[in-house]
Amino acid sequence: MDAVTPAAPSLEVSDLAFAYPDGHQALFGVDFRIGRGERVALLGPNGAGKTTLVLHLNGILTGGAGTVTVAGLPVGKRHMAEIRRRVGIVFQDPDDQLFMPTVREDVAFGPAAAGMKGAELEERVRTALERVGMEAFADRPPHHLSFGQRRRVAVATVLAMEPEILVLDEPSSNLDPASRRELADILRSLDVTVLMVTHDLPYALELCPRSLVLSDGVIAADGGTGDLLSDDELMRTHRLELPFGFDPRSVTMGA
Amino acid sequence: MGAGHAHKLYVHGHSPVHALPPHTKLAATLAFVVVVVSTPREAMWAFALYAVLLAAVAHQARVPAGVLLRRLLIEIPFVAFAVLMPFVAEGERVDVLGLSLSVDGLWGAWNVLAKGTLGVAASVLLASTTGLRELLLGLQRLKLPPLLVQIASFMIRYGDVITDEMRRMRIARESRGFEASGVRHWGVLAKSAGALFIRSYERGERVHLAMVSRGYAGSMPVIDEVTASRAQWSYALALPFAALAVCLLGWTL
Repeated sequence: MDAVTPAAPSLEVSDLAFAYPDGHQALFGVDFRIGRGERVALLGPNGAGKTTLVLHLNGILTGGAGTVTVAGLPVGKRHMAEIRRRVGIVFQDPDDQLFMPTVREDVAFGPAAAGMKGAELEERVRTALERVGMEAFADRPPHHLSFGQRRRVAVATVLAMEPEILVLDEPSSNLDPASRRELADILRSLDVTVLMVTHDLPYALELCPRSLVLSDGVIAADGGTGDLLSDDELMRTHRLELPFGFDPRSVTMGA
Repeated sequence: MGAGHAHKLYVHGHSPVHALPPHTKLAATLAFVVVVVSTPREAMWAFALYAVLLAAVAHQARVPAGVLLRRLLIEIPFVAFAVLMPFVAEGERVDVLGLSLSVDGLWGAWNVLAKGTLGVAASVLLASTTGLRELLLGLQRLKLPPLLVQIASFMIRYGDVITDEMRRMRIARESRGFEASGVRHWGVLAKSAGALFIRSYERGERVHLAMVSRGYAGSMPVIDEVTASRAQWSYALALPFAALAVCLLGWTL
Protein backbone atom coordinates (compact mmCIF):
# COMPACT_ATOMS: atom_id res chain seq x y z
CA MET A 1 0.00 0.00 0.00
CA ASP A 2 2.49 2.56 1.19
CA ALA A 3 5.10 2.83 -1.52
CA VAL A 4 7.55 4.80 0.63
CA THR A 5 8.24 2.03 3.14
CA PRO A 6 7.94 -1.21 1.28
CA ALA A 7 10.57 -2.86 3.47
CA ALA A 8 8.75 -3.51 6.77
CA PRO A 9 5.78 -5.87 6.51
CA SER A 10 2.81 -5.15 8.78
CA LEU A 11 3.41 -8.30 10.75
CA GLU A 12 6.30 -10.68 10.94
CA VAL A 13 6.25 -13.72 13.20
CA SER A 14 9.34 -15.86 13.33
CA ASP A 15 9.97 -19.10 15.18
CA LEU A 16 7.33 -18.35 17.77
CA ALA A 17 6.98 -21.11 20.37
CA PHE A 18 5.03 -20.96 23.58
CA ALA A 19 4.10 -23.23 26.46
CA TYR A 20 1.59 -22.31 29.15
CA PRO A 21 2.78 -22.35 32.77
CA ASP A 22 0.98 -25.68 33.30
CA GLY A 23 3.29 -27.24 30.72
CA HIS A 24 0.81 -27.41 27.86
CA GLN A 25 2.67 -26.37 24.74
CA ALA A 26 0.46 -24.45 22.32
CA LEU A 27 2.87 -23.17 19.66
CA PHE A 28 5.81 -25.02 18.19
CA GLY A 29 7.68 -22.55 15.99
CA VAL A 30 5.28 -20.41 13.99
CA ASP A 31 6.63 -18.47 11.00
CA PHE A 32 4.83 -16.11 8.65
CA ARG A 33 4.75 -12.54 7.43
CA ILE A 34 1.88 -10.34 6.30
CA GLY A 35 2.56 -7.48 3.92
CA ARG A 36 1.00 -4.07 4.28
CA GLY A 37 -2.62 -3.91 3.10
CA GLU A 38 -3.03 -7.68 2.81
CA ARG A 39 -6.14 -9.46 4.10
CA VAL A 40 -5.19 -12.87 5.45
CA ALA A 41 -7.29 -15.57 7.10
CA LEU A 42 -5.89 -17.74 9.87
CA LEU A 43 -7.69 -21.08 9.70
CA GLY A 44 -7.40 -24.02 12.01
CA PRO A 45 -9.38 -26.51 14.06
CA ASN A 46 -10.32 -25.89 17.69
CA GLY A 47 -7.30 -26.14 19.95
CA ALA A 48 -4.83 -25.44 17.16
CA GLY A 49 -3.36 -22.48 19.09
CA LYS A 50 -5.09 -19.66 17.22
CA THR A 51 -6.05 -17.66 20.30
CA THR A 52 -2.62 -18.18 21.83
CA LEU A 53 -1.06 -16.83 18.65
CA VAL A 54 -3.36 -13.79 18.63
CA LEU A 55 -2.48 -12.93 22.22
CA HIS A 56 1.19 -12.88 21.23
CA LEU A 57 0.60 -10.28 18.54
CA ASN A 58 0.12 -7.44 21.02
CA GLY A 59 2.29 -8.80 23.79
CA ILE A 60 -0.40 -10.04 26.19
CA LEU A 61 1.41 -13.36 26.17
CA THR A 62 5.19 -13.26 26.04
CA GLY A 63 8.05 -15.27 27.38
CA GLY A 64 8.23 -18.04 24.80
CA ALA A 65 10.86 -18.39 22.08
CA GLY A 66 10.84 -16.45 18.81
CA THR A 67 9.88 -12.92 17.88
CA VAL A 68 6.89 -10.92 16.68
CA THR A 69 7.51 -7.68 14.78
CA VAL A 70 4.82 -5.16 13.93
CA ALA A 71 5.78 -2.78 11.12
CA GLY A 72 9.43 -3.12 12.09
CA LEU A 73 8.86 -2.70 15.82
CA PRO A 74 9.58 -5.79 17.94
CA VAL A 75 6.88 -6.75 20.47
CA GLY A 76 8.39 -6.42 23.92
CA LYS A 77 8.20 -4.55 27.18
CA ARG A 78 9.97 -1.48 25.75
CA HIS A 79 7.31 -0.42 23.23
CA MET A 80 4.21 -2.01 24.71
CA ALA A 81 1.98 1.08 24.46
CA GLU A 82 2.92 1.67 20.82
CA ILE A 83 2.48 -2.03 19.95
CA ARG A 84 -1.00 -2.08 21.48
CA ARG A 85 -1.90 0.99 19.45
CA ARG A 86 -0.61 -0.62 16.26
CA VAL A 87 -2.25 -4.02 16.73
CA GLY A 88 -6.01 -3.70 17.04
CA ILE A 89 -7.60 -6.90 18.32
CA VAL A 90 -11.35 -7.34 18.00
CA PHE A 91 -12.34 -10.07 20.44
CA GLN A 92 -15.02 -12.61 19.74
CA ASP A 93 -17.59 -11.48 22.31
CA PRO A 94 -18.46 -7.80 21.84
CA ASP A 95 -19.70 -7.71 25.44
CA ASP A 96 -16.09 -8.24 26.50
CA GLN A 97 -14.81 -5.65 24.09
CA LEU A 98 -17.33 -2.92 24.88
CA PHE A 99 -16.91 -2.12 28.54
CA MET A 100 -17.75 1.59 28.74
CA PRO A 101 -21.25 2.93 29.48
CA THR A 102 -21.79 4.47 26.03
CA VAL A 103 -20.64 3.67 22.51
CA ARG A 104 -18.93 7.03 22.16
CA GLU A 105 -16.88 6.62 25.32
CA ASP A 106 -15.95 3.11 24.35
CA VAL A 107 -14.62 4.18 20.98
CA ALA A 108 -12.79 7.06 22.68
CA PHE A 109 -11.16 4.76 25.25
CA GLY A 110 -8.14 3.69 23.20
CA PRO A 111 -7.13 7.13 21.85
CA ALA A 112 -7.87 8.76 25.23
CA ALA A 113 -5.65 6.21 26.97
CA ALA A 114 -2.92 7.30 24.55
CA GLY A 115 -3.40 10.89 25.72
CA MET A 116 -5.65 12.34 23.03
CA LYS A 117 -8.42 14.73 24.10
CA GLY A 118 -10.79 17.51 23.09
CA ALA A 119 -11.83 18.18 19.51
CA GLU A 120 -9.21 15.84 18.06
CA LEU A 121 -10.62 12.98 20.13
CA GLU A 122 -14.21 13.79 19.11
CA GLU A 123 -13.15 13.83 15.46
CA ARG A 124 -11.36 10.49 15.80
CA VAL A 125 -14.42 8.89 17.40
CA ARG A 126 -16.75 10.28 14.76
CA THR A 127 -14.59 9.03 11.89
CA ALA A 128 -14.24 5.56 13.40
CA LEU A 129 -18.00 5.24 13.91
CA GLU A 130 -18.65 6.51 10.40
CA ARG A 131 -16.40 3.85 8.92
CA VAL A 132 -18.62 1.15 10.42
CA GLY A 133 -21.86 3.03 9.81
CA MET A 134 -22.70 3.44 13.51
CA GLU A 135 -22.38 7.23 13.95
CA ALA A 136 -26.08 7.54 14.83
CA PHE A 137 -25.63 5.30 17.88
CA ALA A 138 -22.83 7.21 19.60
CA ASP A 139 -24.75 7.99 22.78
CA ARG A 140 -26.37 4.58 23.21
CA PRO A 141 -25.29 2.15 25.88
CA PRO A 142 -23.76 -0.93 24.18
CA HIS A 143 -26.20 -3.40 25.75
CA HIS A 144 -29.10 -1.76 23.91
CA LEU A 145 -27.63 -2.56 20.48
CA SER A 146 -28.20 -5.69 18.42
CA PHE A 147 -25.41 -8.24 18.30
CA GLY A 148 -24.37 -7.24 14.77
CA GLN A 149 -24.28 -3.58 15.76
CA ARG A 150 -22.18 -4.38 18.80
CA ARG A 151 -19.71 -6.28 16.63
CA ARG A 152 -19.44 -3.25 14.31
CA VAL A 153 -18.88 -0.92 17.25
CA ALA A 154 -16.20 -3.32 18.50
CA VAL A 155 -14.45 -2.90 15.14
CA ALA A 156 -14.77 0.90 15.50
CA THR A 157 -13.18 0.88 18.97
CA VAL A 158 -10.10 -0.59 17.38
CA LEU A 159 -10.17 1.53 14.21
CA ALA A 160 -10.16 4.63 16.43
CA MET A 161 -6.58 3.76 17.37
CA GLU A 162 -5.60 3.81 13.68
CA PRO A 163 -3.90 0.44 13.89
CA GLU A 164 -1.30 -0.94 11.51
CA ILE A 165 -3.05 -4.28 11.55
CA LEU A 166 -6.57 -5.29 12.47
CA VAL A 167 -6.86 -8.72 14.09
CA LEU A 168 -10.37 -10.19 14.17
CA ASP A 169 -11.21 -13.22 16.30
CA GLU A 170 -14.11 -15.11 14.70
CA PRO A 171 -15.70 -11.97 13.23
CA SER A 172 -18.68 -13.78 11.73
CA SER A 173 -19.67 -15.84 14.78
CA ASN A 174 -23.28 -15.40 15.96
CA LEU A 175 -24.13 -13.00 13.14
CA ASP A 176 -27.23 -13.42 11.01
CA PRO A 177 -26.59 -13.48 7.24
CA ALA A 178 -27.43 -9.79 6.74
CA SER A 179 -25.15 -8.61 9.56
CA ARG A 180 -22.49 -10.96 8.25
CA ARG A 181 -22.65 -9.39 4.81
CA GLU A 182 -22.67 -5.86 6.24
CA LEU A 183 -19.55 -6.63 8.25
CA ALA A 184 -17.89 -8.06 5.14
CA ASP A 185 -18.66 -4.85 3.23
CA ILE A 186 -17.15 -2.80 6.04
CA LEU A 187 -14.01 -4.93 6.24
CA ARG A 188 -13.54 -4.72 2.46
CA SER A 189 -13.86 -0.93 2.58
CA LEU A 190 -11.09 -0.51 5.15
CA ASP A 191 -7.66 0.43 3.98
CA VAL A 192 -5.81 -1.53 6.63
CA THR A 193 -3.99 -4.85 6.98
CA VAL A 194 -6.34 -7.54 8.29
CA LEU A 195 -5.66 -10.87 9.98
CA MET A 196 -8.89 -12.76 10.43
CA VAL A 197 -9.03 -15.81 12.71
CA THR A 198 -11.98 -17.96 11.70
CA HIS A 199 -13.73 -21.27 11.27
CA ASP A 200 -16.03 -19.76 8.72
CA LEU A 201 -14.33 -20.96 5.54
CA PRO A 202 -16.71 -19.36 3.01
CA TYR A 203 -16.22 -16.05 4.82
CA ALA A 204 -12.45 -16.46 4.59
CA LEU A 205 -12.76 -17.19 0.88
CA GLU A 206 -14.98 -14.15 0.39
CA LEU A 207 -12.71 -11.69 2.18
CA CYS A 208 -9.16 -12.97 2.21
CA PRO A 209 -7.16 -13.77 -0.92
CA ARG A 210 -4.56 -15.54 1.22
CA SER A 211 -4.89 -18.02 4.09
CA LEU A 212 -2.71 -19.63 6.71
CA VAL A 213 -3.59 -22.98 8.24
CA LEU A 214 -2.50 -23.34 11.86
CA SER A 215 -2.59 -26.91 13.07
CA ASP A 216 -0.98 -28.44 16.16
CA GLY A 217 0.94 -25.27 16.85
CA VAL A 218 2.63 -24.87 13.46
CA ILE A 219 1.72 -23.23 10.16
CA ALA A 220 0.70 -26.25 8.10
CA ALA A 221 -0.11 -24.41 4.90
CA ASP A 222 0.14 -20.93 3.45
CA GLY A 223 -1.36 -20.02 0.11
CA GLY A 224 -4.30 -18.71 -1.87
CA THR A 225 -7.54 -19.29 0.05
CA GLY A 226 -9.27 -20.86 -2.96
CA ASP A 227 -6.38 -23.29 -3.55
CA LEU A 228 -6.21 -24.35 0.11
CA LEU A 229 -9.94 -24.92 0.38
CA SER A 230 -9.90 -27.01 -2.82
CA ASP A 231 -7.16 -29.28 -1.46
CA ASP A 232 -9.27 -32.12 -0.02
CA GLU A 233 -6.30 -33.98 1.43
CA LEU A 234 -5.05 -30.90 3.32
CA MET A 235 -8.51 -30.08 4.55
CA ARG A 236 -9.09 -33.58 5.90
CA THR A 237 -5.73 -33.74 7.67
CA HIS A 238 -6.39 -30.54 9.58
CA ARG A 239 -10.04 -31.12 10.47
CA LEU A 240 -11.26 -28.28 8.26
CA GLU A 241 -14.64 -28.89 6.77
CA LEU A 242 -16.65 -26.87 4.30
CA PRO A 243 -20.37 -26.38 4.91
CA PHE A 244 -22.70 -28.81 3.18
CA GLY A 245 -23.02 -28.12 -0.52
CA PHE A 246 -20.29 -25.49 -0.62
CA ASP A 247 -17.72 -25.96 -3.41
CA PRO A 248 -14.90 -23.41 -3.43
CA ARG A 249 -14.15 -24.28 -7.07
CA SER A 250 -17.55 -23.14 -8.21
CA VAL A 251 -17.46 -19.79 -6.42
CA THR A 252 -16.94 -16.86 -8.72
CA MET A 253 -15.42 -13.95 -6.90
CA GLY A 254 -16.63 -10.41 -7.36
CA ALA A 255 -14.29 -7.47 -7.63
CA MET B 1 -25.86 13.24 27.18
CA GLY B 2 -28.98 12.37 25.29
CA ALA B 3 -28.76 8.65 25.94
CA GLY B 4 -31.42 6.86 23.93
CA HIS B 5 -32.52 4.73 26.84
CA ALA B 6 -31.99 5.82 30.36
CA HIS B 7 -32.44 4.16 33.68
CA LYS B 8 -36.04 3.80 34.80
CA LEU B 9 -35.57 6.19 37.72
CA TYR B 10 -34.70 9.00 35.34
CA VAL B 11 -37.55 11.32 34.30
CA HIS B 12 -36.87 12.80 30.90
CA GLY B 13 -36.96 16.54 30.75
CA HIS B 14 -35.18 19.72 29.80
CA SER B 15 -35.77 21.72 32.95
CA PRO B 16 -33.11 24.00 34.44
CA VAL B 17 -32.57 21.36 37.13
CA HIS B 18 -31.91 18.66 34.53
CA ALA B 19 -29.42 20.95 32.84
CA LEU B 20 -27.29 21.55 35.93
CA PRO B 21 -23.88 19.84 35.94
CA PRO B 22 -24.11 16.58 37.91
CA HIS B 23 -21.46 17.38 40.50
CA THR B 24 -23.24 20.57 41.58
CA LYS B 25 -26.44 18.59 42.07
CA LEU B 26 -24.64 15.89 44.05
CA ALA B 27 -23.00 18.47 46.29
CA ALA B 28 -26.27 20.34 46.79
CA THR B 29 -28.18 17.16 47.69
CA LEU B 30 -25.53 16.05 50.16
CA ALA B 31 -25.38 19.51 51.79
CA PHE B 32 -29.17 19.65 52.00
CA VAL B 33 -29.37 16.27 53.73
CA VAL B 34 -26.66 17.24 56.22
CA VAL B 35 -28.49 20.46 57.06
CA VAL B 36 -31.81 18.65 57.50
CA VAL B 37 -30.26 16.04 59.76
CA SER B 38 -28.68 18.68 61.99
CA THR B 39 -31.98 20.52 62.57
CA PRO B 40 -33.45 20.15 66.12
CA ARG B 41 -36.41 17.78 66.00
CA GLU B 42 -38.58 20.10 68.09
CA ALA B 43 -38.65 22.72 65.30
CA MET B 44 -41.49 21.06 63.44
CA TRP B 45 -42.18 24.10 61.29
CA ALA B 46 -38.61 23.90 59.92
CA PHE B 47 -39.31 20.48 58.42
CA ALA B 48 -42.44 21.82 56.82
CA LEU B 49 -40.34 24.58 55.26
CA TYR B 50 -37.82 22.01 53.98
CA ALA B 51 -40.68 20.12 52.35
CA VAL B 52 -41.81 23.34 50.71
CA LEU B 53 -38.25 23.94 49.42
CA LEU B 54 -38.14 20.44 47.90
CA ALA B 55 -41.58 20.93 46.38
CA ALA B 56 -40.27 24.12 44.75
CA VAL B 57 -37.31 22.20 43.29
CA ALA B 58 -39.62 19.44 42.04
CA HIS B 59 -41.79 22.10 40.44
CA GLN B 60 -38.73 23.67 38.75
CA ALA B 61 -37.60 20.22 37.56
CA ARG B 62 -41.14 19.45 36.34
CA VAL B 63 -41.14 16.13 38.16
CA PRO B 64 -44.83 15.25 38.67
CA ALA B 65 -45.88 15.11 42.32
CA GLY B 66 -47.42 11.66 41.77
CA VAL B 67 -44.10 10.21 40.58
CA LEU B 68 -42.25 11.76 43.50
CA LEU B 69 -44.72 10.48 46.11
CA ARG B 70 -44.84 7.01 44.63
CA ARG B 71 -41.06 6.75 44.72
CA LEU B 72 -41.05 7.83 48.35
CA LEU B 73 -42.65 4.47 49.16
CA ILE B 74 -39.16 2.96 48.92
CA GLU B 75 -38.46 4.21 52.45
CA ILE B 76 -41.25 2.19 54.09
CA PRO B 77 -39.11 -0.79 55.13
CA PHE B 78 -36.59 1.60 56.63
CA VAL B 79 -39.02 3.64 58.69
CA ALA B 80 -41.04 0.63 59.92
CA PHE B 81 -38.71 0.66 62.88
CA ALA B 82 -39.65 4.25 63.63
CA VAL B 83 -43.29 3.27 64.06
CA LEU B 84 -42.32 0.84 66.80
CA MET B 85 -40.41 3.41 68.84
CA PRO B 86 -43.37 5.02 70.69
CA PHE B 87 -44.39 1.55 71.93
CA VAL B 88 -41.05 0.30 73.13
CA ALA B 89 -39.25 3.43 74.35
CA GLU B 90 -39.04 4.20 78.08
CA GLY B 91 -39.91 7.35 80.02
CA GLU B 92 -42.89 9.65 80.35
CA ARG B 93 -46.06 8.22 78.76
CA VAL B 94 -48.98 9.90 77.10
CA ASP B 95 -52.38 8.50 76.11
CA VAL B 96 -53.32 8.68 72.46
CA LEU B 97 -56.59 7.04 71.34
CA GLY B 98 -56.48 4.79 74.33
CA LEU B 99 -52.89 3.64 73.71
CA SER B 100 -50.16 4.44 76.17
CA LEU B 101 -47.19 5.80 74.20
CA SER B 102 -43.77 7.05 75.24
CA VAL B 103 -43.24 10.78 74.68
CA ASP B 104 -39.58 10.25 73.98
CA GLY B 105 -40.46 7.48 71.54
CA LEU B 106 -42.92 9.72 69.73
CA TRP B 107 -40.28 12.39 69.30
CA GLY B 108 -37.79 9.78 68.14
CA ALA B 109 -40.23 8.39 65.61
CA TRP B 110 -41.05 11.84 64.31
CA ASN B 111 -37.31 12.60 64.04
CA VAL B 112 -36.55 9.48 61.98
CA LEU B 113 -39.66 9.81 59.86
CA ALA B 114 -39.28 13.51 59.00
CA LYS B 115 -35.54 13.47 58.34
CA GLY B 116 -35.71 10.15 56.49
CA THR B 117 -38.53 11.28 54.24
CA LEU B 118 -36.82 14.56 53.37
CA GLY B 119 -33.54 12.76 52.65
CA VAL B 120 -35.23 10.19 50.43
CA ALA B 121 -37.22 12.91 48.65
CA ALA B 122 -34.01 14.83 47.91
CA SER B 123 -32.35 11.65 46.55
CA VAL B 124 -35.40 10.80 44.45
CA LEU B 125 -35.26 14.28 42.94
CA LEU B 126 -31.56 13.85 42.20
CA ALA B 127 -32.16 10.47 40.55
CA SER B 128 -35.10 11.78 38.52
CA THR B 129 -33.14 14.66 37.07
CA THR B 130 -29.71 13.09 36.62
CA GLY B 131 -28.83 10.13 34.39
CA LEU B 132 -26.72 7.31 35.82
CA ARG B 133 -23.84 8.11 33.52
CA GLU B 134 -23.91 11.76 34.56
CA LEU B 135 -23.95 10.79 38.22
CA LEU B 136 -20.76 8.84 37.66
CA LEU B 137 -19.14 11.77 35.88
CA GLY B 138 -20.18 13.96 38.80
CA LEU B 139 -18.68 11.57 41.33
CA GLN B 140 -15.49 11.47 39.29
CA ARG B 141 -15.41 15.26 39.25
CA LEU B 142 -15.95 15.39 43.02
CA LYS B 143 -12.77 13.30 43.32
CA LEU B 144 -14.32 10.11 44.59
CA PRO B 145 -11.57 7.43 44.45
CA PRO B 146 -11.31 6.45 40.75
CA LEU B 147 -11.44 2.75 41.60
CA LEU B 148 -14.90 3.17 43.14
CA VAL B 149 -16.14 5.11 40.11
CA GLN B 150 -14.76 2.39 37.80
CA ILE B 151 -16.46 -0.35 39.81
CA ALA B 152 -19.76 1.54 39.70
CA SER B 153 -19.47 2.13 35.98
CA PHE B 154 -18.76 -1.56 35.29
CA MET B 155 -21.74 -2.44 37.45
CA ILE B 156 -23.96 -0.35 35.19
CA ARG B 157 -22.44 -1.76 32.03
CA TYR B 158 -22.55 -5.43 33.07
CA GLY B 159 -25.63 -5.51 35.31
CA ASP B 160 -27.85 -6.32 32.36
CA VAL B 161 -25.39 -8.80 30.85
CA ILE B 162 -25.20 -10.77 34.10
CA THR B 163 -28.97 -10.64 34.72
CA ASP B 164 -29.41 -12.02 31.24
CA GLU B 165 -26.94 -14.82 31.94
CA MET B 166 -28.84 -15.60 35.14
CA ARG B 167 -32.11 -15.73 33.22
CA ARG B 168 -30.63 -18.12 30.65
CA MET B 169 -29.37 -20.41 33.42
CA ARG B 170 -32.83 -20.42 35.01
CA ILE B 171 -34.48 -21.26 31.67
CA ALA B 172 -31.95 -24.08 31.17
CA ARG B 173 -32.77 -25.46 34.65
CA GLU B 174 -36.50 -25.26 34.10
CA SER B 175 -36.27 -26.78 30.63
CA ARG B 176 -34.87 -29.86 32.29
CA GLY B 177 -37.77 -30.08 34.67
CA PHE B 178 -36.34 -28.29 37.69
CA GLU B 179 -38.70 -26.27 39.83
CA ALA B 180 -37.30 -24.61 42.95
CA SER B 181 -39.99 -25.37 45.50
CA GLY B 182 -38.32 -25.89 48.84
CA VAL B 183 -35.26 -26.15 51.01
CA ARG B 184 -34.21 -29.35 49.26
CA HIS B 185 -33.54 -27.38 46.10
CA TRP B 186 -31.34 -24.75 47.65
CA GLY B 187 -28.31 -26.84 46.83
CA VAL B 188 -29.04 -26.56 43.12
CA LEU B 189 -29.62 -22.80 43.39
CA ALA B 190 -26.38 -22.39 45.33
CA LYS B 191 -24.49 -24.27 42.61
CA SER B 192 -26.07 -22.03 39.96
CA ALA B 193 -24.95 -18.98 41.92
CA GLY B 194 -21.44 -20.43 42.08
CA ALA B 195 -21.42 -21.08 38.34
CA LEU B 196 -22.64 -17.55 37.71
CA PHE B 197 -19.84 -16.20 39.88
CA ILE B 198 -17.22 -18.15 37.94
CA ARG B 199 -18.68 -17.06 34.60
CA SER B 200 -18.67 -13.43 35.71
CA TYR B 201 -15.14 -13.78 36.99
CA GLU B 202 -13.99 -15.19 33.67
CA ARG B 203 -15.80 -12.43 31.83
CA GLY B 204 -13.94 -9.99 34.06
CA GLU B 205 -10.67 -11.51 32.91
CA ARG B 206 -11.66 -11.22 29.25
CA VAL B 207 -12.77 -7.63 29.70
CA HIS B 208 -9.47 -6.83 31.36
CA LEU B 209 -7.68 -8.40 28.41
CA ALA B 210 -9.67 -6.23 26.00
CA MET B 211 -8.87 -3.15 28.09
CA VAL B 212 -5.16 -3.90 28.21
CA SER B 213 -5.23 -4.46 24.46
CA ARG B 214 -6.44 -0.92 24.04
CA GLY B 215 -3.76 0.63 26.18
CA TYR B 216 -5.29 0.46 29.68
CA ALA B 217 -2.53 0.86 32.24
CA GLY B 218 -4.35 1.14 35.56
CA SER B 219 -6.34 4.34 35.27
CA MET B 220 -9.34 5.28 33.17
CA PRO B 221 -8.70 8.07 30.68
CA VAL B 222 -10.89 11.11 31.28
CA ILE B 223 -13.13 11.35 28.21
CA ASP B 224 -15.83 13.75 29.37
CA GLU B 225 -14.76 16.59 31.62
CA VAL B 226 -17.80 18.11 33.33
CA THR B 227 -17.44 21.72 34.38
CA ALA B 228 -19.74 24.13 36.17
CA SER B 229 -19.86 27.90 35.99
CA ARG B 230 -20.19 30.09 39.08
CA ALA B 231 -23.82 30.78 38.14
CA GLN B 232 -24.59 27.06 37.95
CA TRP B 233 -22.99 26.45 41.32
CA SER B 234 -24.94 29.23 42.97
CA TYR B 235 -28.15 28.02 41.35
CA ALA B 236 -27.60 24.48 42.63
CA LEU B 237 -26.48 25.60 46.07
CA ALA B 238 -29.52 27.87 46.53
CA LEU B 239 -31.35 24.85 47.98
CA PRO B 240 -28.89 23.93 50.75
CA PHE B 241 -28.31 27.60 51.62
CA ALA B 242 -32.04 28.24 51.98
CA ALA B 243 -32.22 25.11 54.11
CA LEU B 244 -29.29 26.34 56.20
CA ALA B 245 -31.13 29.59 56.94
CA VAL B 246 -34.15 27.59 58.11
CA CYS B 247 -31.91 25.36 60.21
CA LEU B 248 -30.24 28.33 61.94
CA LEU B 249 -33.64 29.81 62.68
CA GLY B 250 -34.66 26.46 64.12
CA TRP B 251 -31.73 26.54 66.53
CA THR B 252 -32.18 30.15 67.63
CA LEU B 253 -35.98 30.27 68.04
